[in-house]
Amino acid sequence: MADTLPPRLGSSRSKWTLRLIALGYISVIVLVPLYVIFYKTISEGWSTFWAAISSDEAVTAMRLSAECAVASVILNTILGIGLALLLTRYRFRGRRLLGALADLPISVSPIVVGLALVLVYSSTSGWFGKHLDFQVIFALPGMIMATTFVSLPLMLRELVPVLEESGDDMEQAARVLGASGWQQFIRITVPTIRAALAYGIVLTLARSIGEFGAVRIVSGNVQGSGQTQTLPLLIDDKYTNFEPGPYQLSMVLILVTIVAIALTSLRRSKEHA
Amino acid sequence: MSIETRGIVKRFGNFVALDDVDLNVDSGRLTALLGPSGGGKSTLLRIIGGLETPDAGTVRIANVEATGVPAQRRNVGFVFQHYAAFKHLSVYRNVAFGLEIRKRPKDEIRKRVMELLELVHLEQFADRLPAQLSGGQRQRMALARALAVEPSVLLLDEPFGALDAKVRRELRDWLRRLHDDVHVTTVFVTHDQEEALEVSDEIVVINHGRIEQVGSPSDLYDKPANDFVMEFLGPVTRLGGALVRPHDLEIFTEHVDNAVEAEVIRLQRIGFEVRAEFRTKDEQPWAQLTRGQAEALELRPGNRVWVRPVG
Repeated sequence: MADTLPPRLGSSRSKWTLRLIALGYISVIVLVPLYVIFYKTISEGWSTFWAAISSDEAVTAMRLSAECAVASVILNTILGIGLALLLTRYRFRGRRLLGALADLPISVSPIVVGLALVLVYSSTSGWFGKHLDFQVIFALPGMIMATTFVSLPLMLRELVPVLEESGDDMEQAARVLGASGWQQFIRITVPTIRAALAYGIVLTLARSIGEFGAVRIVSGNVQGSGQTQTLPLLIDDKYTNFEPGPYQLSMVLILVTIVAIALTSLRRSKEHA
Repeated sequence: MSIETRGIVKRFGNFVALDDVDLNVDSGRLTALLGPSGGGKSTLLRIIGGLETPDAGTVRIANVEATGVPAQRRNVGFVFQHYAAFKHLSVYRNVAFGLEIRKRPKDEIRKRVMELLELVHLEQFADRLPAQLSGGQRQRMALARALAVEPSVLLLDEPFGALDAKVRRELRDWLRRLHDDVHVTTVFVTHDQEEALEVSDEIVVINHGRIEQVGSPSDLYDKPANDFVMEFLGPVTRLGGALVRPHDLEIFTEHVDNAVEAEVIRLQRIGFEVRAEFRTKDEQPWAQLTRGQAEALELRPGNRVWVRPVG
């Protein structure tokens, strides 16, 4: 006992110190700001809240954000699974380079992503956009592209480690038992990556709904008819013009994210039980 | 169902894994592919199973050309070293997998799966997940899964390699008995000579991508084709420049014909046997003796003896 007591005391003291630091850190950068937004929303009253979220521009902004988010989640799921399988199951020249490139959007500023997309797809001056007969930049397709681009790495970072760890023994076993490529995918690969995929979808969704920088550039932030202003863009606008509503609209964004993350952690704890 | 390969060549980059391999496995036999790791035996098994494509050569299974046939349609059973259990499916669903893919009727599947679970003594574990089974149980499940589709040949890739020594021994005996019951042509890969000698009807020794020798366990042990096979299949020692088995040495306390004079260096008891190490003029052979033999000779370190091979 005498031998084990001092280190245990020490470790519990350092445990508490660490907890305090973590708590302080999270309070300063997350909890206090969240509280302020919550407080502002409440203190301005429910009628203001309702007015802020039910105006035409707010409803359109929410619809646009939702459309962008859903579309890029779908694209990211398909692209993410495909790319993750390519990176883990196949050996080819340039595989590592492709892996690094796929991770790039997370380290490059979203503004740069937006500008790059404009350079390529702008209908007046873009390399590629000039030859398309529909509008990409300042329209929904460009916004979806930008959102997908910045959130793809989140999906890959969930899927690649799981696929690497599970290897392809199970798929091979299924193959010898007569399963076609598609059957192997549906019956073996998908169940194996299910939890990671669910978490990847939530992360992508949260990122897509909140995306500001890249969408700001490619959307042109158009208000009124032909609105391309998504919810984060609208919040920014309200805030810089001292109009009512930025906190109430922010509250909507925060709630959506909290619900999404709560749903997955619920799932996760169920799977661990 | 027989297996026949002709002129199989397989390279991985510059490394030649298999170099012109002709293999014949007769129907209904239990054959071991034995050799050191990296010798090509697993690659050969995977080529037979269709999991790997040869660069040259042909494979025939049950007298049917199979070289270009995808793994899905070869109707082989394959058992992997690390079980490859479907982690998200119950033991029952694991075994039923191949039958479900073949869209067999539900009650037929149920009947067949229960039969097989009984055969591998896992009937009370049908609803468990693989994670809730021990290594040996998982491998038995994998075997039942492979047998469920009534494969024409059963291929096992180091099936007991990931198990501890005791379970490995049990499963080995059990595989032998199972094969005597089911009689499906079986090929298993191993680097453990004891396992090959104990279980198989026939052993194929593979090294550096080539077949060194094919024969029954006793043939290979008693009449090895070359030094490699001799060394790989059992203990060897060197006397008078030739390889001999240490249990094939005779020890005398006085001079006899053809014997080499030696000094006893060390005696070591391992259970029922005594390992005696000698020094001759230019070699250090050792002999495997019974306790009785060692006592009758009154061997002591420093004694002068004469050693010669039996026969």
